Amino acid sequence: MSDVTLPGLLDTEAIRKDFPILDRTVHDGHKLVYLDNAATSQKPRQVLDAMSDYNERHNANVHRGVHVLAEEATALYEGARDKVAGFINAPSRDEVVFTKNASESLNLVANMLGWADEPYKVEHDTEIVITEMEHHSNIVPWQLLSQRTGAKLKWFGLTDDGRLDLSAVDEVITEKTKVVSFTLVSNIMGTINPVDAIVRRAQEVGALVVVDASQAAPHMVLDVQAIQADFVAFTGHKMCGPTGIGVLWGRQELLDDLPPFLGGGEMIETVTMHASTYAPAPHKFEAGTPPIAQAVGLGAAVDYLSAIGMDRIQEHEHALTAYAVSKLSQIPDLRFIGPTTAEDRGAAISFTLGDIHPHDVGQVLDEQGIAVRVGHHCARPVCLRYGIPATTRASFYLYSTPAEVDALAEGVEHVRNFFA
Amino acid sequence: MKLDSMYQEVILDHYKNPHGKGLREGDAEVHHVNPTCGDEITLRVRYDGETISDVSYEGQGCSISQASASVLNELLVGKELGQARTIQETFLELMQSRGQLEPDEAMEDVLEDAVAFAGVSKYPARVKCALLSWMAWKDATAQALGEDSVKERTA
Repeated sequence: MSDVTLPGLLDTEAIRKDFPILDRTVHDGHKLVYLDNAATSQKPRQVLDAMSDYNERHNANVHRGVHVLAEEATALYEGARDKVAGFINAPSRDEVVFTKNASESLNLVANMLGWADEPYKVEHDTEIVITEMEHHSNIVPWQLLSQRTGAKLKWFGLTDDGRLDLSAVDEVITEKTKVVSFTLVSNIMGTINPVDAIVRRAQEVGALVVVDASQAAPHMVLDVQAIQADFVAFTGHKMCGPTGIGVLWGRQELLDDLPPFLGGGEMIETVTMHASTYAPAPHKFEAGTPPIAQAVGLGAAVDYLSAIGMDRIQEHEHALTAYAVSKLSQIPDLRFIGPTTAEDRGAAISFTLGDIHPHDVGQVLDEQGIAVRVGHHCARPVCLRYGIPATTRASFYLYSTPAEVDALAEGVEHVRNFFA
Repeated sequence: MKLDSMYQEVILDHYKNPHGKGLREGDAEVHHVNPTCGDEITLRVRYDGETISDVSYEGQGCSISQASASVLNELLVGKELGQARTIQETFLELMQSRGQLEPDEAMEDVLEDAVAFAGVSKYPARVKCALLSWMAWKDATAQALGEDSVKERTA
């Protein structure tokens, strides 16, 4: 492996000490090269410690009980909400709803809009707009809503180089459009989408804007006020946090006006046998005992990332991505699915390799200790669009190194030779 | 290298030079997918009484799924249904063995080239690839012979 240094890199040697799993070896002594960060990130010691400290010392149910542990658990859970609100520059902590993942966040919005009154109600003769590069979690909830309400589902197509085709934006988003939901960063191609152009048009017609920030929140500065969205969804486990915790940020007046989806404990104000009134947001949308330890873990993850600096992480990943694009593009038969430069793209790189099926690519890379993702990455329409069954995807994070990029490039060469 | 136990020469040969690939006339056609990775196969069976006169297929997928379909064609065409079922069940048993089953001579006699897939059974994520065409064959056979569909999830 080389010891290439690139401008903008973080001190990965120090950072990697926080991630015990990165020290492990696989398959008889191969050093783990973990390049599946778009699927899930690894968790630093600080997050693991925060969660075990919670479980060992403070565990209780939240928002009820007057005993010490209940108060500590509540303070930790609500403290995590404060941290997340700060991380995304939310105007109010009450706009941060905890869910179990981004899928649940997006399903929650779709269901709020399905049950809403005017002017938000999605119904027959209205339209829902998404894009062809969405993760299935930002497609299927809208298909369900469309099927149940009769609303028409429309989408932006893709250009050959993996960008949104916004050339007909005025025809796709129309006066009938109630909601526009799109990903900020493509999980399969890495494309960073032009938020402003879409938001501007959506605002012209009075449509709500939902942004899937699952691949953005871990990797770049996410400012919900700057992007002017109405809802923003993301998940904890891709940003150094644990699984089982996600976030839906929504504008205060929307959360106040829109109806709850799941009913149960925690989300009520008063209950009689005839009817109930609801707690104010965010609790209105958090029925039942929430994932408390996971929220605490996410809070610790947010602290961890903020201490390093999201702008620094973005710079690090951009440098690595540019290096990876230039190394991989030298490999014969390698075709990028998505942008072929590092411009306006995140740190997920998908490619095909001649006729070799991505499953075989992934398997031979795994044997060398290199963990990548193969398949359609829950974005099957993208594969259909480009006429391929699947891709191999490498994705980087704050602890990834140029040496790991070198290992990937060498590994891919080895795959070519193996199936030659 | 451990990987060689999966990518046996026999498997790579079948992958590069598949037997009987392409769709021909059949009594029934099925389309099976492996949703976790996008492997797909369209498979037709043709029977002459109880004898398998052809298994034709078209698909896309990894070397394991494509080679497995090729081996299936080589093994099953010309066989009686009862024999074919024995082969299918033996293959299924081998693939579900998680690498714990060392094929004996009797098994090798039944499975011929398909015994090369023993190494694949150590890789849980790839077992479905190997079984895709076999499940499709079982389903197509049930349809062709008018039995109730015994389609099983290969996912």
